[in-house]
Amino acid sequence: MREKILTFIEKNSRIDIKELSVVLGVDEATVMNELESMEQEGIICGYHTLINWDKAGVEKVTALIEVRVTPQRGMGFDKVAERIYNYPEVNSVYLISGGFDLMVTLEGKTLREISQFVSDKLSALDQVLSTKTNFILKKYKDHGTVMAPKAKDERIMMA
Amino acid sequence: MRDPLSKVIKTIEPSGIRKFFDIVSEMEDAISLGVGEPDFDTPWHIRDEGIYSLEKGKTFYTSNAGLKDLKIEIAKFLKRRYDLQYDYNKELFVTVGGSEAIDVAMRAMLDPGDEVLIPQPSYVSYLPCCVLANGTPVIIELKAENEFRLTAEELEAAITPKTKLLVLPFPNNPTGAVMEKKDLEAIAEIIIKHDIFVLSDEIYSELTYLDNHVSIASLPGMKERTIVINGFSKSHAMTGWRLGYACGPEVVIKQMLKIHQFAIMCAPTTSQYAAVEALKNGDADVTMMREEYDGRRRYVLKRFREMGLSCFEPFGAFYAFPSISEFGMTSEEFANELLKKQKVAVVPGTAFGASGEGFIRISYAYSLEDLREALGRVEAFVTELREKRAGN
Repeated sequence: MREKILTFIEKNSRIDIKELSVVLGVDEATVMNELESMEQEGIICGYHTLINWDKAGVEKVTALIEVRVTPQRGMGFDKVAERIYNYPEVNSVYLISGGFDLMVTLEGKTLREISQFVSDKLSALDQVLSTKTNFILKKYKDHGTVMAPKAKDERIMMA
Repeated sequence: MRDPLSKVIKTIEPSGIRKFFDIVSEMEDAISLGVGEPDFDTPWHIRDEGIYSLEKGKTFYTSNAGLKDLKIEIAKFLKRRYDLQYDYNKELFVTVGGSEAIDVAMRAMLDPGDEVLIPQPSYVSYLPCCVLANGTPVIIELKAENEFRLTAEELEAAITPKTKLLVLPFPNNPTGAVMEKKDLEAIAEIIIKHDIFVLSDEIYSELTYLDNHVSIASLPGMKERTIVINGFSKSHAMTGWRLGYACGPEVVIKQMLKIHQFAIMCAPTTSQYAAVEALKNGDADVTMMREEYDGRRRYVLKRFREMGLSCFEPFGAFYAFPSISEFGMTSEEFANELLKKQKVAVVPGTAFGASGEGFIRISYAYSLEDLREALGRVEAFVTELREKRAGN
């Protein structure tokens, strides 16, 4: 049941609980209780909004920064990751397998703001060996959602 | 000038839905609950395989019966899903959608005077295909009180010495009715007793919500007298690819293939390559879509209950068939008024036969958002109708 609820609200967190319970074929109270306990258990971590900032006419710059770091004795990558993710401008931090260690996504108003963060804060950390900043030029798809406008329903009534 | 037309073709009415659709498409903000095809796009991996086949230059005819790989996959699919056993080489072939299979089966099996039992409400093409194949259609009117299932009594009452073939359209368009194993067993007995054949149109077989679909051909003594028709349109959201198949006893398939060979040559090659991928790696897509439809189905039924429209619970396809008889209007009047007043298009039950009178077909091959909006308008419409009637 939990998986069903999660799969549904992952795509549409705004559905009202009554409707969700009908669609899933369970009673409202069950859905409500499950949602509440999953929020408390930290399974549901938030209900965010996916925004196409380009369309909103708001300038934003997003960068994916590949970071190579020196892990710390006894703490591995966790300590340095924490130092990075505590910056509010950092969107996400992932530990990555492959040629580098941490993937940091960063959102800023301008290129300058981002490069300043990288040079002043990120690269200045003792454990950071190198960084490679990739700016996002265009978002085609985000969180499973294609950013292009939806196609019109062209189906015709046959039988 | 002489009349260029055959006498037979002039007896056949064009499908009633089209003229309705023409009105709908003229209307600015009309929303439709009228279409009979999935709202999902064909899963990307399947489309990609079609594209890849084109890139590789697979642009020639296939053999008449279809690609060997596809026939093998179809046979495997029928075995794993419905426990049907067909020899891919002799007992099945690939058609241009289920529709071609219906036409070809009738042409291969009927002689002038042969009676074909067609339960209605049902898909619009059985009757014209029967007439064009020189058969005589005999309608069995299914009833709401039986949840639009075909009963042994109804079947037996319609059988005459001339009866050759029974069309079995389940899961059903437009009612959403299914025939469970016990229902099939009851009619199988009659079918065998009277030595008739079955054209089982199972195009919606992957969309059942009560239990797994049972094919009548899987019952003892039925495989040798059943032509099973199925395809990819509904199960894999592949309507535009025009791909289906027919399976049955070798004697019939061999003759059907002859008609197919001369009339069609072969089903579209690109579609056949895509379909191999659909059957090899598409089960998860089918499950996902089925679950999605099932949720909408529950939602639609709940909304009907809330607005006091009586509707039996449909367990198949993606249609609901609520009764509108309380309003004292014909199905067509109701559908026209609903379109005019609230700009919602539904299909009048009579488009699927006279026994559809008093019902409308609502398709839930739409997103939940669309359903919410459209059913809200339906609710406003029926509320207004009731107020008016109470006022009179």
